[in-house]
Amino acid sequence: MRWVRVTETKNIPLREGRAVQIGSEEVAIFNLGDRYLAVSNSCPHRGGPLADGIVSGSTVICPLHAWKVCLDSGDVEKPEVCVKVDTYPVSVEDGVLLVQISDEEEIAA
Amino acid sequence: MEELVVVGNGMAGIACLEQILKHSAKFNVTVFGEETHVNYNRILLSSVLAGERTAEDIVINPLEWYQKNGIGLRLGVRVVNVDPVERTVTGDDGCVTRYDKLLLATGSTAFIPPIEGVQRTNVFTFRNLEDTRAMLAGAREGVKAVVIGGGLLGLEAARGLQLRGCDVTVVHLPDTLMNMQLDSTGGAYLRNRIERLGVRVLLNRSTKALLGNGKVEGLEFDDGETLEAEMVVIAAGIRPNVELGRQAGLYINRGIVVNDYMETSDPRIFAVGECVEHRGKVYGLVAPLFEQGKVLAATLTRNKGPVFTGWTPAAKLKVMGVDVFSAGEFIEDDASEVVRYEDAALGIYKKLLVRDNRLAGVVLVGDAADSNRYMEWIRSKADLLVRRKNLLFPEPVADAGAGVAEMPDSETVCGCMGVTKGAIIAAIHEKGVNTMAQLKECTRASTGCGSCSATCQALLQAVAPGFEADAKKVLCKCVPFTQENLREIIRSQQLKSVQEVLDVYGNGVGCEICKPALSYLVDVIWCGTHEEDRSARFINDRVHANIQRDGTFSVVPRIRGGVTSPAELRRIADVAEKYAVKMVKITGSQRIDLLGVRKADLPRVWHDLGMPSGQAYTKGVRMVKTCVGTEFCRFGVQDAMAAGVELERRLENLYTPHKTKLGVTGCPRNCAEVTVKDIGLVGQEGSWQVVVGGAAGKHVRKADLLITVQNTEEALEAAMVFFQYYREQANYLERVYDFIERVGIEKIRKETVYAPAAQKRALLRRLQKSKTVARDAWLERETPIHPTQFVQIQPMEAMIQ
Repeated sequence: MRWVRVTETKNIPLREGRAVQIGSEEVAIFNLGDRYLAVSNSCPHRGGPLADGIVSGSTVICPLHAWKVCLDSGDVEKPEVCVKVDTYPVSVEDGVLLVQISDEEEIAA
Repeated sequence: MEELVVVGNGMAGIACLEQILKHSAKFNVTVFGEETHVNYNRILLSSVLAGERTAEDIVINPLEWYQKNGIGLRLGVRVVNVDPVERTVTGDDGCVTRYDKLLLATGSTAFIPPIEGVQRTNVFTFRNLEDTRAMLAGAREGVKAVVIGGGLLGLEAARGLQLRGCDVTVVHLPDTLMNMQLDSTGGAYLRNRIERLGVRVLLNRSTKALLGNGKVEGLEFDDGETLEAEMVVIAAGIRPNVELGRQAGLYINRGIVVNDYMETSDPRIFAVGECVEHRGKVYGLVAPLFEQGKVLAATLTRNKGPVFTGWTPAAKLKVMGVDVFSAGEFIEDDASEVVRYEDAALGIYKKLLVRDNRLAGVVLVGDAADSNRYMEWIRSKADLLVRRKNLLFPEPVADAGAGVAEMPDSETVCGCMGVTKGAIIAAIHEKGVNTMAQLKECTRASTGCGSCSATCQALLQAVAPGFEADAKKVLCKCVPFTQENLREIIRSQQLKSVQEVLDVYGNGVGCEICKPALSYLVDVIWCGTHEEDRSARFINDRVHANIQRDGTFSVVPRIRGGVTSPAELRRIADVAEKYAVKMVKITGSQRIDLLGVRKADLPRVWHDLGMPSGQAYTKGVRMVKTCVGTEFCRFGVQDAMAAGVELERRLENLYTPHKTKLGVTGCPRNCAEVTVKDIGLVGQEGSWQVVVGGAAGKHVRKADLLITVQNTEEALEAAMVFFQYYREQANYLERVYDFIERVGIEKIRKETVYAPAAQKRALLRRLQKSKTVARDAWLERETPIHPTQFVQIQPMEAMIQ
């Protein structure tokens, strides 16, 4: 596991998401105002870009077919299915966002 | 005939007089009013201050009412003396009037606390229309206003001033807002709500002096701290006007003391309203005063019998979106139990005080929908033993009529006007009331603060034989209001952004349903001068392209009227090759679709195309489909291409409730398929037909004829008037054809093409206003709304291989 410096926080607008390719993973990073959260940028339904979804509290709604994904846990909340997306720890240092990814993902790049 | 003199032209006095007239007693009535205005609804002064109503809107009884009932009205005359021996009253104009019976309804005046400098100018009280007008004269954008007093009236004044653009602070002596009605937790919830509206609240502040030189410039608190202020409103409570009663030798305590029959200590003098003290209590709220009036009317007309035995104090804050209700006790003691519900995130606080299994008091903040039910429990001393499990939430009723069926006839539905369920049912049966408007006119129910309108609707629905159900659907559970309500709220509360609406009227969060809808509403209501929040828009409206199943986007440039050129086609071809567009397709709307463009390429694609956005991705003006018309077609009778291109120019770049497809065809053969478009022009020999509401989707609908006009300019104008009307009146995601089916083409004609000229001009003016600020969305390629709007973010750190 390691922390990757990704981008300045100001590059993610309030209540929006942005996609970033980190190694083999495309990660969607969201700005919730009081914190930043990151999940895999691929909806478990048909692979829709979650970063382009509308944020509702701490969930995001996929722009393709409105699946609702919890950004904290990665759980799909709507419809009721037992699938989840990967989540990634995020931290902020001096206005820069860091995302923690596993070594395999890094190596696969 | 006996002479009845009424001193006071306010709500209590006149409501009592109305009751007296119902008894068909024979009186020669004279009413003295110190104000120069006819009887009006004082409760609604705050909405006049806020700009939601005009002074005319709050009139209860117009001059004709006094005339029709033969009442002598003396406006602008203050009664300065009562002689109980001679039985006369003297006005400040010197006139002397004899009475057989005297009704004192002198009300109350604002209490001015002992503060140094209250005589300075721009210091107001908030009791009557004059006060309201004086405040309005000074309440301008950016003016620093301070309201002393955080009770009901103070908070309503504060919100009114704030809606006028003032920068408002409420200064309150106790540590709890509305401390006469709320416990400290309720007060904290209320404070939170009020502050979210943008009004500052300072608690525990005792004002020592008003500073300034002539005009007020600030406040000084007793700890020496100061606060800047350009205007000050004092709303620190009221004092009953008892002076005339004292002169008449009546028994006075805090107010004019009356017994249960509303008699004073003089058998010929009666009193009602805020000037009265009954069993040690002085009431300042309207419901008990109306009840007093009913009792007094009986006493005064020799029908003595009904008694006023007191009233559970109840108060409702009339600030839109800040529901506060309090009745009865609100501080618990050893003998009372408390049932409490709190949701800090939603700002909801409910507290029920139960004593011996009866409801002794209730406090509701954030959700006062159940206030009538609780009020009835308190009034009827209902046994709560069987209801213990459902104290906070009524059992869900599948049958919509069950809620009102549960109410006893004696339950008050409208607390402002004192109208019971029984009275409403009587009006429905006896007066043939079927609609809300008729009900208001007939019973005055729901004409006060309006918070009972849902109950009234439900009653009408359950009882009235001819009731037509309004298809009322709330937008979503994040903001549980109908779109019609929301339009009114956004307009009257001056909300300019989606987040403001959600913060003040919703759960503060929003979802994919309400956010785009609210985005549309704030845009159309403020004619594009709202605060745009792209996070509330669907991705298509953030990047101005249509997202595809693989996450790429489609690009459809505007080709007005479907008329293009070889050079334009060449550019489109070049772009398609340069950006490896996966598919080039001619659309059904006479345009060209470039499919499979990456988000990051969009700005360059648009730049290379050099064409404006076709809005194919949004709920907006899609295209105007045309036929070749007179220019080439041997059958054409009107220049469809020129008219179509012009129509598209005049409407393009605007958002609409749903996608809007238009068409112009040069002859009735209808090659542009205009009769299945949302809005269309059909050319005829020497005239145009303007048609609306066609559909060729899941179901097919032939458009309705809106109007036939002589020339092209008239046709364009009719289409524009209708277009703006649709923008303003339709619900978000309501296509033109659904809108027409819901509202009815006859009504739409009346309010658009047949509307008075001024109304049409106003629609066109608002359309023009929106057009002035609307721009081609693809210009954001040069000036993106955010630096990473289209950019694919690259990690700062290169990945180690």
